[in-house]
Amino acid sequence: MVDFGGARMIEVGTVLPERVFEIDRELLFAYANASGDQNPIHQNEEFALSVGLPNVIAHGMLTMALVGKYVTDWAGGSASVKEFGARFVKPVIVPAGQKVDLTVSATVAEVDGDRISLTLSATSAGVKVLGMAKAVVQK
Amino acid sequence: MLNPDSVGRTFKGAETITVSQSQIDSFASVLGETQTDIAPPTFSIRITLNQMQKILSDSDVNLDWSRLVHGDQRFEINRPIKAGDSFTCSSTIESYRVAAGNEIVTVRGDLFSGNELVVSTWSTLVVRA
Repeated sequence: MVDFGGARMIEVGTVLPERVFEIDRELLFAYANASGDQNPIHQNEEFALSVGLPNVIAHGMLTMALVGKYVTDWAGGSASVKEFGARFVKPVIVPAGQKVDLTVSATVAEVDGDRISLTLSATSAGVKVLGMAKAVVQK
Repeated sequence: MLNPDSVGRTFKGAETITVSQSQIDSFASVLGETQTDIAPPTFSIRITLNQMQKILSDSDVNLDWSRLVHGDQRFEINRPIKAGDSFTCSSTIESYRVAAGNEIVTVRGDLFSGNELVVSTWSTLVVRA
């Protein structure tokens, strides 16, 4: 076990508290501008339907960035993340005028000195949206 | 179809990209992140994906960017990005295969500040049949 962040004792199998982010069309618009990814499947419903999607979908990288926020909040800041990876298994579907959930949780997979590996879970509307999601953090 | 000769090749981006504080601020703001002295861990994607798009759209490589979806993403972060960092980016086509008519290509993007490798990213991109 290591003393991580002062008060919390962390060991393999420790489950971190679940957190729910909200995603809506406004957030997709803001992320498109902040990231430079202006793919219309993330903003234009007509276009998204025309390419066979069920509706506008969130950028996979927005989903991953929010999971990153979950990790950095827990680990004590943006500098803590050394490795971060995920597979985009299902899209986060964002209908107009709605806020959909991104529900994130994590389990400690490995503790190696001050390096901690987390296995991450991310779902939206009960559907797993990221697979093989892992982060390595270090104080 | 991707030109098979491009697999294993590294393409050096011609540009030097300087990160501004406002870019970090707007990226952080979307995530509700109040720490802005350094960038959030996935910030580098805004540089590397853009560079990859330029490289993969090159006539020598010939990947159809318009039908592309993002399959997976990985980062190795040697140090956080901060405002004023100037990067050159190199992209390496690490692997390529065709499955059920879909083209699956993994591209590594490396961000260098001078000779310092700051962030490496791996993006698997799928061109749908």
